[in-house]
This record gives sequence, C-alpha cells and structure tokens, in this order.
Amino acid sequence: MTYANILIEHDDAIAVVILNRPKVLNALNRATMDEVVTALEALDHDDAVRCIVLTGSERAFAAGADINEFAAATPVEMLAGYRFQQWERIRQIAKPVIAAVRGFALGGGCELAMLCDMIVAGEGARFGQPEINLGLMPGAGGTQRLTRAVGKARAMEIILTGRQVTAAEAYAMGLITRVVPDEVVVETAKDIARQIAAKAPVAVRLAKDAVLAAFDTTLEVGLDYERKLFYLLFATEDRQEGVRAFLEKRPAAFRGR
Amino acid sequence: MELPRYETLLVDADAGVLTVTLNRPDVLNAVNEQLSADLLDALRLAEREPAVRCLVLTGAGRGFCSGQDLRDRAGVGEVAYGESLRRRYNPIVLRLRTMEKPVIAAVNGVAAGAGCNLALAADLRVASDRATFIEVFARIGLIPDSGGTYHLPRLVGLAKAFELAYTAEPVDAAEALRIGLVNRVVPHDDLMPATLALARRLAEGPTRGYGLTKRGFNFALGATLEATLAYEADLQTIAGRTADHREGVTAFFEKRPPRFEGR
Repeated sequence: MTYANILIEHDDAIAVVILNRPKVLNALNRATMDEVVTALEALDHDDAVRCIVLTGSERAFAAGADINEFAAATPVEMLAGYRFQQWERIRQIAKPVIAAVRGFALGGGCELAMLCDMIVAGEGARFGQPEINLGLMPGAGGTQRLTRAVGKARAMEIILTGRQVTAAEAYAMGLITRVVPDEVVVETAKDIARQIAAKAPVAVRLAKDAVLAAFDTTLEVGLDYERKLFYLLFATEDRQEGVRAFLEKRPAAFRGR
Repeated sequence: MELPRYETLLVDADAGVLTVTLNRPDVLNAVNEQLSADLLDALRLAEREPAVRCLVLTGAGRGFCSGQDLRDRAGVGEVAYGESLRRRYNPIVLRLRTMEKPVIAAVNGVAAGAGCNLALAADLRVASDRATFIEVFARIGLIPDSGGTYHLPRLVGLAKAFELAYTAEPVDAAEALRIGLVNRVVPHDDLMPATLALARRLAEGPTRGYGLTKRGFNFALGATLEATLAYEADLQTIAGRTADHREGVTAFFEKRPPRFEGR
C-alpha cells in the first residue's frame, strides 16, 4: 500500500507512522485521516510489528483539522463526513500506539495524540483545543479524553479559553509521559516502543485493554475484567517462558503465544 | 543578510556578530512601546538567521538603558504593568534566554530598572568602567521585573540581591565585577572593541554546542541533579551529531585549530 499523506518506517518490531504534510502543519484532512486509520489497522494485523509510534514533523504533530474542508459544511454534511466515526477506529487498535509530538498538537492534532496510548513530547510542543476561537468546540474526543487525562478544572480552562499548553505544563498535568529535547522525541518514543516490543505481546495487548477499560467502567467491573484477563494470561506459552527465564536468570524470548 | 531599519535601534552585522544598539540616547534609551516592539523583532531576526552566531546588545550615548519610559503611557499605571510585562518585556527576556546563541550585553553606562534586568538576561556582560547598575524599582514601590527576581539572586546570591533590590542604590562597575554581576570591566573607550573581539571569537565557535549548553543551563536552573543528568545525556546525543563536533575531533587529531561552521 502506498500513501500520499503519510510515511511508514519499520525498525525491527517498531513501526513509525509519520504524518507528512509539513507545509500545512499536518492539517488532518479526510484523506490523511483515511490513510492513518488504514495504516494503523494494517500494522495492527502485521505480526512483525509489536508497537507503533505515530509522529508528525518538526514544526507540528498536527495543527488541527483542515479548516478549508469544513468551512462551508452543513451539519448534515458533517454528520455524513469523515470526522468522528472514523477516528474512533483508532481506539480499536490492539497494539500500543505512542504519539511522539514535536511542535503543535492543536485541535484535531491534540485529539489524535490523546487517542494514542501515551504521548512523548519535545520541549517546544504545544497542546491545545482552540476550536472555541472559531466558534466551535472539540469534536473528535477532546472534551472527553482531555477531561479524563487532566481532570475537569484544567480541561475546562483549556477548552473554554482555547489557550495553548506548553509541554512542561502538559507533563505536570499528566497529559504526557515524557518531555525531552525536540531533537530526540522520536527516538525517545522508539526507545519506549522497543522496551514494550520486548514484552510478551499477548500480555501487552490485554494490559492495554484493561487500562482502557478503566475509563469506561465502574471500579468493580474494571477489577473483575482485569482479574479475568490476568487469569487468561496463565494459558499462554509466553507466561511459562517468562517465568522460566526469570528463574534461569536469562532474558525471556516471547513469541506471542 | 538584509538588515531591517528600526526607529529606535541601530543594527549592524559583521563577522557573524549582530550588534543591536538601543538608540534613544536623549532619554538614556528608555523603553517605550516602539523600542520594545523593535527589540523583540531584532531578537527574532538574530534567533532565526543562521549567519548570526553571536548577539551583542548595547546602548547609544551615555546610557545602556534606563528601563521603562515613564512618559510612555502604554507601560505605566496600575493596570498597565502586568499587561505591559506580559506583552512586551517578558517575550524579550525569554527570547534572550532561550535564543540558542551567545548573547553579550556591552553595558556602556547606566543600566536601570528593566534596563538593568535586560543586561542581566544576557549570557555575558562586559561593562565600561562608567557603567552603573540600579535595581531602581523600590524607589517607586515596584518589584524588580523583566527577570530581575530570577536572575539577580542567581547571579549575586540572595543576600546581595535583597540589598540591591531594597536599597535601589547604584552599583558601580568595579563593585559589579566584585559581586559577580558582570564578567569583565574595561576602560570606557575599549568597551566596543573588547566586546566585539569576544563576540567574534564566540561567533567562530561551535554555535550548536553553545546553544545546547545554554539550553542545559536553563534546564538545570530549575531541575534536580537526577533530571539534569538525564537531560545532559539527551543534549550530548544531539551535540554528538553536529558537524562541528566531527570537525572538532578531526582537528584535534590533525593537530590544527578547528573551523566550526555553527552546525
């Protein structure tokens, strides 16, 4: 599959998906999002890939939706259009997806980063939901995911003022996991990806699933879900290999079974 | 490099050094609305332009900079201060501190208030023997803004910082040198030749490495040792990939002086 708006690089078990429309700060038009979703789903089904990094370019992860595309849209066109349903397919990706953010992650760009499982950012990164400045509001998960990530009060301030949040602030709020110099963002994300790729794939998948369930369920249901997934892992070969390797003081060779 | 013309600044570029001269000598280069806008623009230019590898900031006439122009209503008054700092002064101070090239203040005369604190925001200060530094704010019941509360105690220690801020007395060049407020003091007529000689030397240096050093100091001023060591490892990874690093190592083995290109 060849793509026009994104690039894909492979490095052992890591796949890096690069938004590649730097001239428009990676504005997320329909074609680009189609490719992102298609690529992520393909990588999710590729057994050679164990962890995915999603990144943009130097100046922007993604500076938002492509305003030209919906400037003249009617509500019915928006409803029939690409935005919301398709983005949620990213949520179904079973492998971990790490966002590596340099520059702007605004509006749809911030929402795309928050759809990932974790965010690594450069010091110059800026997060925000500026839709309010255009008489709009976040429409691809911003009000829900930002609120879950940083709490009501901070989400309100960010969404209602439309202001930009620095990487240091985003880190302090718990929106992102790491802040590093801009020049080493992608390799830091790949380094985390490599650590994850060395773990047992089934355990990684179920652990991701359980963490995501924490947002959707009561504690009681979530704990029950967690326990069942935990028991399920006892049926895997990798669990036996992991325990054996630990006792034999050698690194485990996980095979995803 | 095409140099812009400014109403309140003189700018000159030579041998990798951009010299920005505050140019309202009649009022000791007091900062009015125009000057702060011009200065911010010139700093953006210095930051953006790869041919600029060192920035020198100085003043025309008798003074370096007497701080906020109290005749300029835009920056004065109980409501105006916060807004004026956020919009005009803070971006200047931040740009001086984050610009990844050496910044030298050549302090030619009085540096008062925000003018003093602009000098303190430079990486290095060379002072004329006629220079004086005054944290003048307390005389009108204000606090040392434009980075004063940040830089002053870090440069001279908390006790001396309190003394300078509370008394608002002028510090002459010799005392400034003694307490570590400036790097060097030179006879007045030698100020620009001495500053430019230093600036040219730095402009021939490993600009990326200097910039990363500055980034490292900025980080370390607000961080723990552990975080700083991790940060140094990241910065060194970046520095290790520069052409200037390769040139430096090659020159070392070839027993010749390096020719750094700033990248």
